[in-house]
Amino acid sequence: MSAYIASIVSVIGINLILALGLNIITGFCGQVSLGHAAFYGLGAYTAAYLAKLGAPLPITLLAGTAMAGAIGVVVGLTSLRVRHDFLAVTTMGIGFVFLGFVRKQKWLGGELGISGIPGSGLDAIPYALLIAAFAIAVTVFSLWIKRSWMGFTFDAVADDEDAARTVGVNVSTYKLTAFGIGTALAGLAGGLYVYFARIILPDTFDFVQSIAILTMVVIGGTGSVWGVFAATIALTLLPEVSRAAADYRLLIFGALLILVMRFSPGGLAGLLKRKPA
Amino acid sequence: MLFVELVVKGLVYGCMYAMMAVGLTLVYGLLRILHIAHAGVFALGAYMAVTVANATGSLALGFLVAAAVSAVAGTAIYRLAYQPILHHAAFVPMVVSIGLFIVMQEGFRMIFGAYGISFDNNPWYVANVNLAGINLTYVEIAMVILSVGLLVGFGLFAGLTRAGIGWRATVTDPQMATSFGVDPVRVRYVNFLFGSALAGIAGGLVGLLNNYVEPTMGGAVSYKALAIVVLGGLGSVRGTLIASLVLGVVEAFGAIYLTDIFDRDAIGFLFLIVVLMVRPQGLLGRK
Repeated sequence: MSAYIASIVSVIGINLILALGLNIITGFCGQVSLGHAAFYGLGAYTAAYLAKLGAPLPITLLAGTAMAGAIGVVVGLTSLRVRHDFLAVTTMGIGFVFLGFVRKQKWLGGELGISGIPGSGLDAIPYALLIAAFAIAVTVFSLWIKRSWMGFTFDAVADDEDAARTVGVNVSTYKLTAFGIGTALAGLAGGLYVYFARIILPDTFDFVQSIAILTMVVIGGTGSVWGVFAATIALTLLPEVSRAAADYRLLIFGALLILVMRFSPGGLAGLLKRKPA
Repeated sequence: MLFVELVVKGLVYGCMYAMMAVGLTLVYGLLRILHIAHAGVFALGAYMAVTVANATGSLALGFLVAAAVSAVAGTAIYRLAYQPILHHAAFVPMVVSIGLFIVMQEGFRMIFGAYGISFDNNPWYVANVNLAGINLTYVEIAMVILSVGLLVGFGLFAGLTRAGIGWRATVTDPQMATSFGVDPVRVRYVNFLFGSALAGIAGGLVGLLNNYVEPTMGGAVSYKALAIVVLGGLGSVRGTLIASLVLGVVEAFGAIYLTDIFDRDAIGFLFLIVVLMVRPQGLLGRK
């Protein structure tokens, strides 16, 4: 494995953890989030700050994951209060509040972010394998949730909240659980990113990043683990295989969002499932 | 004195937000779509105003073209992008809207370049008057006059004319309005024409205000307009107008007193989140 391949594997792994995390919130539980990058950033900033203080990798990863998950549960509380459409705007707002806060904090480096982060102690290739192992674990975890009772309950909440409540589902608990798991995974991705990039900038975690993650989920098929898995790998590789695709990455993402929603709202997964007319 | 000045500056921005947010609120009221691509229409208006004004030397012509092109673009968005997918869950049109916005933003970057364009001739940018100790540029005054004029005109149209009453009826109860002979599809067209023209004019004005037009200029303004729409209680025009002015003032104060903690864009959303915690249905929304 060359260093180039190792970096691609790392980026794919991080994106997989991000997309599968959002898939638990938006796909499984039906709660729209337009601010996933904020939790990615929370994990990254927490891990980077602790790493600079000299904390070892397991501690920083754990702290980043816990921090993002904890704040995620708090944000999840808004999902209990507000209607569906409000939630999209509120989560979008969380992203801007996070960025606006980080940019102004001198102790977090302000606009310049945090640089000079100590290494993970692993070389590029073993570290890429570590990220890949995490990504595979998250994929298996997602598949397991989907088939567990929790997954069925998420499905019920996503389908019809009131009906779920009528049959005795504690809707609030499950929504908070989905937010907690999904955002904690984003925090884990953030922690992994820190040791990969060794420098973090506020702009890495902006609204466009949130939309990029959402694109992977939506194009793969909201709720489908394999769909999201395939779409994330394809969309991450796209800029690598074609120079033009790298220059017009956002344009392609936007166009794909429009086309997929127009012709197959279930994404790639929906395309495969569709029965012949 | 600072207090009064902040209130006045806040209200000036509030007027601009109102022009954006009214269009969004009308779209939401009619179709239940979070029309994020409104940001693209706003930037399109700004680009039309700056290129036409620079080419012909006439600012008035620039704004006319901006309003017209934005109105057509907004209506085209409805017809081509939203109408075919209206039967899907709200999530689907919202994602399409995000996609449209990204495509438009990247389109501007490709056509007009990544760097901004300034007005060749923008005398109102520097010319200012001193009203009781508060300096206001001519652009700021024009913004207030235009937005108040346009919104009052719209209020009269919606309140007094036959078409306006049909429009309001459709927003309140589409089925009932249809059975009384209102064509709901025509209402939607009028809605997008009007709301998009307003957004285009607002874009041109913000271009004048900063003397700068760039591809991503729609972003921050329209995210805030979305926050305002939610704040006002989705679909309520009166709530939206009040929320616009309130947010303008809150931002003006926040940008001074919270400057070490949050940047300007974060303050509006922070305010939104706090309000939603207390009143989940928005300021004037009903449960």
